[in-house]
Amino acid sequence: MSLELRDIHKHYGPVRANDGISITVEAGTLHGLLGENGAGKSTLMKVLSGFHSADSGEIVLDGNHIKLASPDDAIAAGIGMLHQDPLVFLPFSAIDNFVLGSPGSTRLDRTEAATEFVELCDRYGFNIDPDVPARLLTVGERQQLEIVRLLWLGARVLILDEPTTGISADQRAKLFVTLKALAEEGMSVIFVSHKLEEVADLCERVTVMTRGKVVGEADLPIAPERLVEMMFGQAIEVKDRINVELGTPQLSLADVRTASGLLSDEPISLDVQAGEVIGLAGMEGSGQDTFLRICAGMRSTKTGSVSIGGQDLTSNHYRDFLAADLKYLPAGRLEEGLIEGLTITEHFVLAGDDRSFFIDWSKARRRAEAQVDHFTIKGTEASTAESLSGGNQQRLLLAMLPADLTVLLMEHPTRGLDIESADWVWEQLLARREAGTAIVFASADLDELLRYSDRILVFFSGRVLGELDANATNVDEIGLLIGGRTEESGAET
Amino acid sequence: MSGFWNALAGMLDTATIASIVAGSSGLLFATMGETISEKAGVINLSIDGSMMLAALAGFVVAFQTDTVWLGFPAAAAVGIVAAWIIAFGNIRLGLNQVAVGFVLFALCTELSRFLGSSYVGRPPVGVPAWDIPVLSSIPFLGPVLFSHNIVVYLSLLTVIATYIYMYWTRPGLELQGIGERPDAAHSRGVAVNRMRYWYTALGGALIGIGGAAFTLDVKLGWSDRPIRNFGWIVLAIVIFGGWHPLRAAIGVLLFGALQAFALNLQPEFPSFSQVLPSIPFPAMILALVIVNWKALLKWLDRYPWLRAILRSDPPGAIGTRFEVS
Amino acid sequence: MTRSRLFDLLLPGLVVVVSAVALLLLAGTNPWDPIRLIVEGSIGWPPFGAGSSAKVGDTVMVWVPIALASAGLIVTFAAGMWNIGIEGQIIMGAIAAAFVAREVTAPRPLLILLTIVAGAVGGLLWGLLVGLLRTVGGVNEIFGGLGLDFVAISLTTYLIIDPWARTGVASTSGTDVFADAAILPSLAGSRLSPLAVVIALLAIAGVWLLFRGTLYGLKLKAVGANRPSAFLLGIPTNRFLLGAFMICGALAGIAGTSQATGFHFKLIPSISGNYGFLAILVVLLARFRAFWVIPISFFFAMIAVGSSQLDLRLDVNSTLGGVLQGVLVLSAMFGLGWAGLRVQRRMAEEEAST
Repeated sequence: MSLELRDIHKHYGPVRANDGISITVEAGTLHGLLGENGAGKSTLMKVLSGFHSADSGEIVLDGNHIKLASPDDAIAAGIGMLHQDPLVFLPFSAIDNFVLGSPGSTRLDRTEAATEFVELCDRYGFNIDPDVPARLLTVGERQQLEIVRLLWLGARVLILDEPTTGISADQRAKLFVTLKALAEEGMSVIFVSHKLEEVADLCERVTVMTRGKVVGEADLPIAPERLVEMMFGQAIEVKDRINVELGTPQLSLADVRTASGLLSDEPISLDVQAGEVIGLAGMEGSGQDTFLRICAGMRSTKTGSVSIGGQDLTSNHYRDFLAADLKYLPAGRLEEGLIEGLTITEHFVLAGDDRSFFIDWSKARRRAEAQVDHFTIKGTEASTAESLSGGNQQRLLLAMLPADLTVLLMEHPTRGLDIESADWVWEQLLARREAGTAIVFASADLDELLRYSDRILVFFSGRVLGELDANATNVDEIGLLIGGRTEESGAET
Repeated sequence: MSGFWNALAGMLDTATIASIVAGSSGLLFATMGETISEKAGVINLSIDGSMMLAALAGFVVAFQTDTVWLGFPAAAAVGIVAAWIIAFGNIRLGLNQVAVGFVLFALCTELSRFLGSSYVGRPPVGVPAWDIPVLSSIPFLGPVLFSHNIVVYLSLLTVIATYIYMYWTRPGLELQGIGERPDAAHSRGVAVNRMRYWYTALGGALIGIGGAAFTLDVKLGWSDRPIRNFGWIVLAIVIFGGWHPLRAAIGVLLFGALQAFALNLQPEFPSFSQVLPSIPFPAMILALVIVNWKALLKWLDRYPWLRAILRSDPPGAIGTRFEVS
Repeated sequence: MTRSRLFDLLLPGLVVVVSAVALLLLAGTNPWDPIRLIVEGSIGWPPFGAGSSAKVGDTVMVWVPIALASAGLIVTFAAGMWNIGIEGQIIMGAIAAAFVAREVTAPRPLLILLTIVAGAVGGLLWGLLVGLLRTVGGVNEIFGGLGLDFVAISLTTYLIIDPWARTGVASTSGTDVFADAAILPSLAGSRLSPLAVVIALLAIAGVWLLFRGTLYGLKLKAVGANRPSAFLLGIPTNRFLLGAFMICGALAGIAGTSQATGFHFKLIPSISGNYGFLAILVVLLARFRAFWVIPISFFFAMIAVGSSQLDLRLDVNSTLGGVLQGVLVLSAMFGLGWAGLRVQRRMAEEEAST
């Protein structure tokens, strides 16, 4: 079944997530969709799978215009979507997950369904016990479950969102064989991934998206470097940075590993000196936030030690890390940072160091107003956190930080911000750097990583794939590592 | 202590067990209703009040029309309205399920006392007995299961029907899905909120019928005393039963046994027997603590059959509101 | 102000008034008679007129426990908790006060003080139990509280029947009356205890002050509004949750003391009078504002006391009062919800048109 997207537009408020996207996927082809975070891929897939309606544009299947107002419509049209975090019901058995939502008789014949389930699993070399609860399956196995379910429902277009994130090399090889066979039968496969080697290996055609637009299309095979160039753009000229004398290590990890999941394979060791800026690169979910949380004492480790400012705080509670003048700002500004319903003044009071029982509100308000002024926050001391724009929320969060910090950890410091706010944020961060704070930040923006980091750690699939000197590297090298390709093998690790 | 054992032994005869089954019909209906509602993700905290109001409605209609059978639909209607108010308040207006349910509990309790005052002590209209031919002559099982009336039989059938529906039909599986993870159900084309309205209403209807079963069968006549606090007991049993119809039904029968036991103890231990009927609550708390005790759970993983019996995981999305984002 | 926005503001009030009037009409009377009788039964007609001191005293002494419990509930609601266990906390306070009243001999002022302290401690511990079940045991506070409510009720029943049974009489109606020295001092001819009133007012003022002007109150609000963010800011969230339950429990316990030594003068099976649940309604209606608790609790107390007149004079069952309370809160909630929906819709339209 051939699929055509014509001029799809979708916006959320002022953000244009999809800005005139047109893609054609021929019947029976494997079509790759490449793009970094925020490029608009997931919005586009949500539109295609019926979760959202596009503001304008058309979807054409086999020459017929179709309207997708709900997931129901998409399923009926034969479009099956496999999410990166598989939407399975964890306490239910695999067979129940397989059957739920499928059309058929009211009476649930599990044995009959199980037969078909096992048959489909065998066909693709999957090995899933129908009676095991989904909670006990690995992420890879859950995806296999979903794939098999969508095939059973008769999908003619299969969208796979980062499907190989959690599965073994064996399973992936089998999956590719299967996908190729399905394509030969006429299935149209859209393969959304950041793994360049895989896309180059599997797909026949690739579309690259950035910032809501299509920026490139190519028939494969082509050299991976060309893909990197399309995804991340040309290397940006790095501005001169003020050289800061680095001090003693403020953050030290030695042979750190988690018990299971991300960052459990290989031990990580890192020393961050005062005034040093470390950038964490990699696609979402590759281990950067786990890493940051370990550094903040919010995630326990199986092995290794974590030291802040020279103190070993390995098994200590988060409040000891705070006491050592460390601060952690997660990416969710309203979920894990600011408090909805509270005013700017109240936030400053909570973050301040005045521990007196009674609050002097007039003094607090004056101080808040001074801060609002100093940090150019667009709002008044009485504005509530949720009424501020993203940029102003970030200004507030930075304004709430204590004056001297040993370590500052930030997740996506400029995500969703306009250029002016982003520049302002870095002005503040660089000032702290000069004052001796060690900064570690995760970002999806390679330009930002290159411009401001001293060293860059690249995460892939739950481990640190490489450590680069920001002065000596370029977009290509980082891009390849993000995509999973290291120098030695030339093939994917 | 001999009194204690005597009381216990005194329960193990056919007549007592039969009376436990007979007396459990109301709770069985209500517990199945609330299990369905909570499985779909909606907590109906109003039960203690709405069940009483429904019981009153059932009695009044049956009394006024001199027809027992008309009482049940009336009671079901009351249950549906109460449940629907909670669903509407939550889904459409974004109000907290617990808040609306609690206020409704208070309101319905008072309403049932207010409207029922003139019906206290009126001669009851009862459900006629109906022994099932042949089956009721079986020793032990006969009197216990087949020598009651249609309301009791229906309550037992409702348990079986609820179980079969939930675990052996496609729509039943979807019901479990909307309460467990509504976004996943939505992505499979299930109309989450529409189904929540339906299932909450169904739950309410069963709760109402359960109330009517009390005034028209178990404790004939209207007075609010006998079924006081039974709504809270329903909520406790649903949790204790791990949101599983069969386990919840066993919980109801255990509760009935507890009451019979307390009755037997009365002459010897008057004070203790007063306390006994409250035991479901500490039991429920214990069940909830066990569920969350991680060390114990790890140990139980070694014995999956034991874990299956003791597990008490609530539906993942219970109490939350689903919005198509 | 546009007509639409005015309607939004008045909507909840309109819904409430319409519901109340409809209810009264349905009850078979004109709306005015029950209202007049309730007022007459609670504070006399004309209000506070001659001969009404006993009634006013009763109404005020019903107001005291409701107001105290409401003040406590504001604290737990601020922490994001549904403290349905408040009933049990009142009861345990009453039991503790009864214990002191029965077992301790001391000069009157000291004895009164001890009963109040005992009540606070009893309620505090019971509230702490709910909090621990929640923080350590992972038990939802609604069901933990509910369970403990029933345990408290059972305990009361047990005490009345057995250890503290009335000498000679086998009765379930209550214990012996407490010794005079334990009874809260009251004005002549009524139950009104100025001490109780002062304590209740202080409690409300204290809660108001806690959230208006203290760091503790602000942190508690933060914990209730967004626990992860509060944690990141370094607030020990579990300790604050437990603190909220203890404060509420203490206030509820004092309410229990008032019930035991200031109203009933003995321990009876329904010593809490369901005032804990009523307080939840009050706080919901007062939208969690301490100041509004004062008039709304008084209003609900008037209904509770005055509706006994409905039976005698209007041949309308006295529980109409309870129904009225429920209808008021339910209609207010739905009215506010509806108004909120209209506001949301208007805001979305405004955004879309920019």
